Amino acid sequence: MTLINITLNGELRQVPADSSLAEALAGSGQPAQSFASAINGEFVARDARAQTVLADGDAIFTFQAITGG
Amino acid sequence: MGFQIADVTLNSRFFLGTASYPSPQILQEAIAASGAEVVTVGLKRQMAASGASTQNDFYAMIRSSGARLLPNTAGCRSAREAVTMSQMARELFGTHWIKLEVVGDEHTLQPDPFELVTAATELVRDGFEVFPYCTDDLVSCQRLLDAGCRILMPWGAPIGSGQGLRNPHALRTLRARLPGVPLIVDAGIGSPADAVQAMELGFDAVLLNSAVAHARDPVQMARAFKLGIESGRLAWEAGIMAQQDMAVASTPVTGRPFIL
Repeated sequence: MTLINITLNGELRQVPADSSLAEALAGSGQPAQSFASAINGEFVARDARAQTVLADGDAIFTFQAITGG
Repeated sequence: MGFQIADVTLNSRFFLGTASYPSPQILQEAIAASGAEVVTVGLKRQMAASGASTQNDFYAMIRSSGARLLPNTAGCRSAREAVTMSQMARELFGTHWIKLEVVGDEHTLQPDPFELVTAATELVRDGFEVFPYCTDDLVSCQRLLDAGCRILMPWGAPIGSGQGLRNPHALRTLRARLPGVPLIVDAGIGSPADAVQAMELGFDAVLLNSAVAHARDPVQMARAFKLGIESGRLAWEAGIMAQQDMAVASTPVTGRPFIL
């Protein structure tokens, strides 16, 4: 099985090639609707996570709701 | 009396920030005391080993307050970042309203007018209702309107500084030159007197956070601002008398009372 390197919120991960964003995020244990996601600075909608295939070097970031001014 | 903003009718002209309160309970009570119908919220990048945080308690409480949410793009330094953040906010909070913040200077957190216009142009095209946090510069405000913004939120003073309205002349100029555009003073308000002043200048609403959250008693301060904002608005609508250089007798006496 070929592995690729990605980062998830700055942490290096190895995942199988052709993994989807949804698969990479599944390990966090968070409900899918509780956070928003972006790859390499581009927004990826919740509904598109399963169809979004990761590439080597992708930087994934997730965001949560907080208080704000 | 109700007023229109972004296609909705609001009764309160007080927009309240939700950050930095001592507890979710105090935030909840402050929102209730303020009468605010719009509250601001934010987004935070998650840490690698992110677990359930107390932020979730705050957010659950804000949701239950029933106030309309205005997410911000705090922390963004470029139009590109702000656009991505806005798209994430729309999904996470379920609203197309966005308080667009793009910082151009680290020390003053002064909005970057060029990046703001770039981001606003793209976001309006994408269906967002953009509430830009901007400076009080008239021409950059006009460019934001050209970009499709229908509301402007000029600063009174730098974020969190509590300095009040540093440039009332510029704010008065905005009001005079942009009649009919909803104008909200955002940032820099320190005391209810500052909010009264903003409303007396004819601004449509006031957005503040620190002045309430950092008060010794945030709930009571929320009420103080509510009353100030209502008072200032009533005064603007009633028409404030013109100042005179010299005394003008107010009691209609007939000359001097005694001729001695």
